[in-house]
Amino acid sequence: MSPRAMNPPVPAATDPALIRNFCIIAHIDHGKSTLADRMLGITGVVSDRDMRAQYLDRMDIERERGITIKSQAVRMPWQVGDTSFALNMIDTPGHVDFSYEVSRSLAACEGAILLVDAAQGIEAQTLANLYLALENDLEIIPVLNKIDLPAAEPEKYAKELADLIGGSPDDVLKVSGKTGVGVEELLDRVVERIPAPVGRADAPARAMIFDSVYDSYRGVITYVRMIDGHLNPRERIQMLSTKATHEILEIGVSSPEPTPSKGLGIGEVGYLITGVKDVRQSKVGDTVTTAARPATEALPGYTEPLPMVFSGLYPIDGSDYPELREALDKLKLSDAALVYEPETSVALGFGFRCGFLGLLHLEIVTERLEREFGLDLIATAPSVIYEVTTEDKKTVTVTNPSEFPTGTKIVEVREPMVRAAILAPKDYVGTIMELCQSRRGALIGMEYLGEDRVEIRYNMPLGEIVFDFFDQLKSKTAGYASLDYEPTGDQAADLVKVDILLQGEQVDAFSAIVHRDKAYAYGVLMTGRLRELIPRQQFEVPIQAAIGARIIARESIRAMRKDVLAKCYGGDISRKRKLLEKQKEGKKRMKMVGRVEVPQEAFIAALSGDVEKKDKK
Amino acid sequence: MASALPLGDPAPADGLLPESAAAGAADRAFGVYVHVPFCRVRCGYCDFNTYTSDELRGARQADYADHAIAEIRMSRQMLEASDLPARAASTVFFGGGTPTLLPAADLVRMLGAVRDEFGFEPGAEVTTEANPDSVGPADLARLAEGGFTRVSFGMQSAVPHVLAALDRTHDPARVPLVVGWARDAGLDVSLDLIYGTPGESIDDWRRSLDAVIAEGPDHVSAYALIVEAGTKLARQIRRGELATPSDDLEADMYELADELLAGAGYEWYEVSNWATDAAHRSRHNLGYWRSDDWWGVGPGAHSHVGGVRWWNAKHPSAYADRVTARVSPAVGREVLDAAARETERVLLLTRIREGIDLATLSASGRHAVAGLMADGLVDAKAALSGALVLTMRGRLLADAVVRRLLDESSELSSRT
Repeated sequence: MSPRAMNPPVPAATDPALIRNFCIIAHIDHGKSTLADRMLGITGVVSDRDMRAQYLDRMDIERERGITIKSQAVRMPWQVGDTSFALNMIDTPGHVDFSYEVSRSLAACEGAILLVDAAQGIEAQTLANLYLALENDLEIIPVLNKIDLPAAEPEKYAKELADLIGGSPDDVLKVSGKTGVGVEELLDRVVERIPAPVGRADAPARAMIFDSVYDSYRGVITYVRMIDGHLNPRERIQMLSTKATHEILEIGVSSPEPTPSKGLGIGEVGYLITGVKDVRQSKVGDTVTTAARPATEALPGYTEPLPMVFSGLYPIDGSDYPELREALDKLKLSDAALVYEPETSVALGFGFRCGFLGLLHLEIVTERLEREFGLDLIATAPSVIYEVTTEDKKTVTVTNPSEFPTGTKIVEVREPMVRAAILAPKDYVGTIMELCQSRRGALIGMEYLGEDRVEIRYNMPLGEIVFDFFDQLKSKTAGYASLDYEPTGDQAADLVKVDILLQGEQVDAFSAIVHRDKAYAYGVLMTGRLRELIPRQQFEVPIQAAIGARIIARESIRAMRKDVLAKCYGGDISRKRKLLEKQKEGKKRMKMVGRVEVPQEAFIAALSGDVEKKDKK
Repeated sequence: MASALPLGDPAPADGLLPESAAAGAADRAFGVYVHVPFCRVRCGYCDFNTYTSDELRGARQADYADHAIAEIRMSRQMLEASDLPARAASTVFFGGGTPTLLPAADLVRMLGAVRDEFGFEPGAEVTTEANPDSVGPADLARLAEGGFTRVSFGMQSAVPHVLAALDRTHDPARVPLVVGWARDAGLDVSLDLIYGTPGESIDDWRRSLDAVIAEGPDHVSAYALIVEAGTKLARQIRRGELATPSDDLEADMYELADELLAGAGYEWYEVSNWATDAAHRSRHNLGYWRSDDWWGVGPGAHSHVGGVRWWNAKHPSAYADRVTARVSPAVGREVLDAAARETERVLLLTRIREGIDLATLSASGRHAVAGLMADGLVDAKAALSGALVLTMRGRLLADAVVRRLLDESSELSSRT
């Protein structure tokens, strides 16, 4: 066993028997990136000096949040005995929003390292991904990380892991990505346990796209796993889903910088550059074949990404609208799942209705827009897809409360459902069940994981989850609970649209589709928030919540009675004029709803629930 | 006079004004304000530029009149050198601080310097502020002999717990005495009141108003308490020791003041000022609201001449150093452009009963008047005869009215 391989196998000419393709399944902050970096260092593909912390995570947001959004693959040489192997480590996104991407990354591997924090134990998302890995017949290598931590309880969690996947607690490797302890043994274990890829050398080439990344200099970089045959430089390739053909401008492997090769053969993992500029032309899960001798059968598992959660994104400064459009157009190049169309709102002005894979996806997109494009944004309350059938037997798909049919009788509203799995210490079971039940959850089952942790499974409307559920879950469990969910279909429910009216004018951004039993609570909440946030006007302003024409809640802002500076003498005049000029500037940021002047901040605070009592003076 | 100086351009050491300041000067009244920056104690709500003896850092109260006189002499030369026409002072106002902390002789001497340099218009109004506990009958007689015509007493309240919350030291029983002495000396009398003091009830306020009316002064000012940043009062409110005066209660108090004062024969002529008749309105203060010219003498004093505003060094010792060196004590100024002058004209004239000639407003301003009438903020009858005059409700919302008058993007522009 040597830390550096003597004769690393050459890409394009590597015997599949010497290849091991694996990924690391881990929860956010369980140390996946640190371990991956350590492997890069030990195998010598990154010199210690060049090592950037968490090399694989390219985006700043990822590094800051310690999560991986976009996966990549790195080829590392590793010698066991006299033989040099090529290990391809495929990084997977860790979050449920990206479960499709996860499933494609898993499909590119023969094995997976199940990495669990020795101080925290397994989390819900990791379990979900573990199930996916087992479904893909992956060989699982259980590993406890961070054993250097004083709080580590390796024995306890080794038993938990062994209980979960079978085998003995002694089979669980104990490593520290931070200090490097146990990492060489882990690489040996990868070679020993993970099967070599198999494929047909003489069949038409088939490669599965497991990631596709936009690079502003080089265009789209497509990451593939070869299944059958061979791909060569300058060859014309075809995407099986669209039949579009492109010429390979560059083909190679990452180790970890892109290194051109003479092609890719069976079982190899590498990248292609064809000059396309939009990740939509290189879709995750699609099959790449050659134009000259195309395969006829696509690799299994490809699906189009489907947005599940919708929200309106608005620039806080209305004049940033063109910048927002440009930024979304650019983001789209690197994010195949992002969809959007222009939308206008009385309260918020011009913006875009955007579709996301889930809440994290929404958060990441918003954050990238703010950070990479310098935009200040407000997002409306997330909504899901409802199917609304009216009396005349027409069915409308509603992703925005404004599309909810009015003036006609609603026969049925169907809402998307998910199966939610929540993992938490057993002490929180009561709290969690209470929360889930208040969100119209139906208990499916509950299971102990080890001695003190429980997995609770619920059927729940997705609409209940996207509205503040995760924050509530976290705050009610001191941050211990973790959540995973997967769509399971839809159900009919008694849902209504609640509108919020300001002096009789509907404020669109606050309309929401909610269960009838919660309509009143929503109405009271929103009218109350707005009453606190909207400054008094020169006249009384009624704030109402309504279902159709029926008012269900009402508040009012009393007319302002005093707005005058008591003393205005010689020395006060400059100050007064400047104040007036400032107020004039401030007025530009006011939104008019009818005659009511509302500071944009009030709408934003009401939407985000960030309500501080306005100055009642 | 608020304590924090505005931000502006540096003021020239020679005190010369730009050419524009002289235009139309002959049509504007000229007044002199003399600031006396001394108090025995600092009141908790006060952010005026004033100093107790502990805070003076070597600037001596006894020398103050000489320094002020030096500025008065310079002021005439600077106006002359700036090609302003010679104008007699139509009003002089001594404010503070507590002017009557200085010996009456000092006040009379400073007034004499104004007379020497500018002369007085016939019937000139000469006012000094005074604390009820800082003057006696002899002082008042001496002031009247020296040319003062009017005294304005800082009564603030007739209710002891309200006076205590304001840190006012005088005994309410002294007010009738000083008013009597002033009358005996032949002075017009104004009483100042403050309402909205933490802890003051509407009944407390009624007591103060009744007490004022019982004294029968010629003029009454009633100011809602302004909690200025940096004052002891602001700190007490921030720490939760005192409650913020509520706007609604203050509105009730204002309405009560106007009702009781009107019932006793006082007419409002400015948002916070009432007088028995037009002759007893404060002409000096009307000069501020009409954008007339005035020279402000003393530390931190503000001046305005023909669209140029400037302000003096704040601390008495810095001020003394400058005037002693015959350098203009002004430390900052702004030369207003036409738009800023119009903004000031509208915001100031809106406050007073004579109001604004509607014909002088911009098209959008004239258009806004209809909405203001509909909302009951401006007097419909006056508007129909061409003047913008606030209603009671309008006076309480005067700043909102001004914003609507000055909003170029008002309904007019969106409709056309």
